[in-house]
Amino acid sequence: MNTLRKSIALILALTLSLTVFSVFAERDKPLIGIIQIVDHVALDAARQGFVDALAENGYKDGESVTLDYRNAQGSPDVLSSIADHFVAEKADLVLAIATPSAQTMAGKTDSIPILGTAITDYVSARLAQSDDKPGYNVTGTTDMNPIKEQIELIRRFLPEAKTIGLLYTASEDNSVLQAQIARDVIEGMGMAYTEVTVHNSNDVQQATQSIMDKCDAIYIPTDNVFASAMPVVYEVAIQNQKPVFCGEAGMTMGGGLATLGVNYYNLGHQTGLMALKVLAGEAVADMPIERQTDFDYTVNKTFCDALGIAIPEDLVPYAKEMGEN
Amino acid sequence: MEQILLGALSLGLLWSVMTIGVYITFRILSIADMTVEGTITLGAAVTARVISLGASPWLGLLLAIVAGLLAGLITGLLHTKLGIPALLSGILTMIALFSINLRVMTKANISLLRMPTVYSPLMALGLDKTWAVIVLGGLCAALVISLLYWFFGTEIGSAIRATGANPNMVRAQGIHTDTTIILGLMISNALVGISGSLIAQSQNYADLQMGTGAIVIGLASMIIGEVLFGKRNFFLRFLSMVLGSITYRIIIALVLKMGMPSDDLKLFTAITVVFALSLPKIKDLINGRLRPRKGGV
Repeated sequence: MNTLRKSIALILALTLSLTVFSVFAERDKPLIGIIQIVDHVALDAARQGFVDALAENGYKDGESVTLDYRNAQGSPDVLSSIADHFVAEKADLVLAIATPSAQTMAGKTDSIPILGTAITDYVSARLAQSDDKPGYNVTGTTDMNPIKEQIELIRRFLPEAKTIGLLYTASEDNSVLQAQIARDVIEGMGMAYTEVTVHNSNDVQQATQSIMDKCDAIYIPTDNVFASAMPVVYEVAIQNQKPVFCGEAGMTMGGGLATLGVNYYNLGHQTGLMALKVLAGEAVADMPIERQTDFDYTVNKTFCDALGIAIPEDLVPYAKEMGEN
Repeated sequence: MEQILLGALSLGLLWSVMTIGVYITFRILSIADMTVEGTITLGAAVTARVISLGASPWLGLLLAIVAGLLAGLITGLLHTKLGIPALLSGILTMIALFSINLRVMTKANISLLRMPTVYSPLMALGLDKTWAVIVLGGLCAALVISLLYWFFGTEIGSAIRATGANPNMVRAQGIHTDTTIILGLMISNALVGISGSLIAQSQNYADLQMGTGAIVIGLASMIIGEVLFGKRNFFLRFLSMVLGSITYRIIIALVLKMGMPSDDLKLFTAITVVFALSLPKIKDLINGRLRPRKGGV
């Protein structure tokens, strides 16, 4: 039993050291917690937009506000510990990036205002009662894609396209939802669709290969797995001379042909402006969930050239080579 | 401050049931059972679906146990009846469960925010969510340990223990080792299912990806438990799994609290486990008894 006693003493010592740390936690400026499920280009951009929006409006990190950024590295169980941390620190506001982050945070507190970003559907995630009047302590910005406009964009590049191939991750809620909308839009425009789904990044190459000869163009909605696997898609698409349209700019420059869509930096920026209102005392429950209005066009010139596809004249200014910023 | 420790305690208790499950396969049966990564999501998925359909969360918990038993049964049958190596059997079931979990949930994420859970009755008594999880998680762990302690003392329980240690001896006693292996895997996965169910209800959602890395968490907790709290009699061994799981969570909370970038968390977890594993060696060094140790993980 000696070891057991020693071990209990060790745990007590850990506990005590935690307590000592917390004594110094007095603060004079607002604390904003940032909870993010995983690193990826779009989510990081949204976070940067949020931070910049605050800085532009007099809330510079370390000077007039404390930003505490925590990333769960893809482990949902760590999200829970991060949320506990923010509740214990009595954060004045928490930015939750992506749905699981917001769900975990909302489960831990009814009182700390939570702003979400990179979340598609607040109502089905039970984070809000409605988009116009959230009702709880969560509001924010949605990254719901302008799918209809994106499919129309395919037609602008390829007026003859008859069949659109859909590629997405079957296990990602947001992707499944978008695929559903895309199917309706495609049929509504008198075209046909075919689809192949993946479970993780290991499936991407084969899935992309298998859809190539069944369609005239490929459409990939905003999707975490594909967001990191676009170079693979690009290679297969160039080999097969098939254009790929994505739901998002980062994915397009990573290996798609063109898109119009949510700019995650701007979305985060918009969320930062909402944060200013919350810090000024506005009630989160009454702040409608905002969506992006001015979409960005992104045209991948490298891809267009490789396939010999002409860029519509008004979109030429948006054309960029891959690897160019 | 308290919130962080209580949070770590509650999380540790919920994951402890799974840790005991991992212990049963890994240490008692001497099988590395990868099914766990699928089963923890399965338990969460079944419970979330049941609750979202408006049925009792207790029914959800019960069905999570049944689902876990079935998952263990599949892995056991693959291994014993079809002769597929144990590691591969577990991986096959894990992969299959990915599709099954998607079928069960019908979508990748079911939110349980503001829905009734097994914690609701305790919260209705005035406990806050964290305490409700601690009380129920603690009761659950205590019940599981007591039942297992009793079970592994019975004739069939002892046979399962002997299977991992010396299958030839077990067969010589006229006991079918296939049966004991299957039974052990079923019990283990049922426990993992319970954990998945309780975790989903505590974190307010079930997510298709939530099982990722579960086996590492289970092994890390198990090893921390064994190294720090010893492996004396059978009852204390189960208890040390619970303490190991809680310690693991306190370490993570401490790391977050001290401001280490959470980006480095996985590296830190690996270092912690390596440290825990090498403690016996370090002890030997200190005692001047430098001789090679048998076994290890």
